[in-house]
Amino acid sequence: MTDPVAYVIAILALLVAAFAGWHMLREREFSNPLFYSVCVLEIVLIALLVGGSVALGSTSRDVDGVLFISYLVTMVVIPPAAVLWGIAEKSRWGTGVVVVAMLTIAALSVRLLGIWKGAYV
Amino acid sequence: MSDRSSGDTSHGPGRALVAVYAVFALAASARSIVQLFTELDSETVVPYVLSAFAGVVYVVATYALARSHRRLALVTIGIELIGVITVGVLSLVDADLFPDQTVWSDFGQGYGYIPLVLPFVGLWWLRRSAPVTG
Repeated sequence: MTDPVAYVIAILALLVAAFAGWHMLREREFSNPLFYSVCVLEIVLIALLVGGSVALGSTSRDVDGVLFISYLVTMVVIPPAAVLWGIAEKSRWGTGVVVVAMLTIAALSVRLLGIWKGAYV
Repeated sequence: MSDRSSGDTSHGPGRALVAVYAVFALAASARSIVQLFTELDSETVVPYVLSAFAGVVYVVATYALARSHRRLALVTIGIELIGVITVGVLSLVDADLFPDQTVWSDFGQGYGYIPLVLPFVGLWWLRRSAPVTG
């Protein structure tokens, strides 16, 4: 768990947020490219969950393990939940849900780095 | 627009609003569960019980908005508004009262002041989505 990992994920999430925001402003329906971008992010987040768990097990840092793992799991759960909730909505706000979810992922990623560094103890 | 006359709160802008409420329901309740299980002692009872209460309020508000229970949504969002302003003022006046952060401390500063803005958006949405009478 290093700075680049957290910031790359945050930037990735912001890019998907921007793409979803474009859909929202143009009143485009939930498109396949948007769905695939969320899928790519989801795969990255699953990798982060696995990698983060392994890193937690092998680090000598004093990391709050319960908090750290709960953040990792939350980040994996949010994108599918957002897609399920958003895709049934036919107005522009369906993709608005994805904007909210991706901004949340970006914020969680930065906070996760703080937890790793023990900034909130 | 049919969604404006039926009193439905889970479509249109409400769709995204429910998503924001869900995030805060999760953030506040998860935080309080971790606090209650790992750090509870006599000095921290007030903020932790408050965190748990805030979590419950957000969970119920999310459910009420998602299922279009307008009265329940109005009550929970009202409690949320009173809560964030009361705790916000108290935490500024007497910081010792809240030694640990809650979602409502300092008007929700730790969460980008979204907890302060959210109840106003919620009340606006309840008003805008109100069923047309007469």
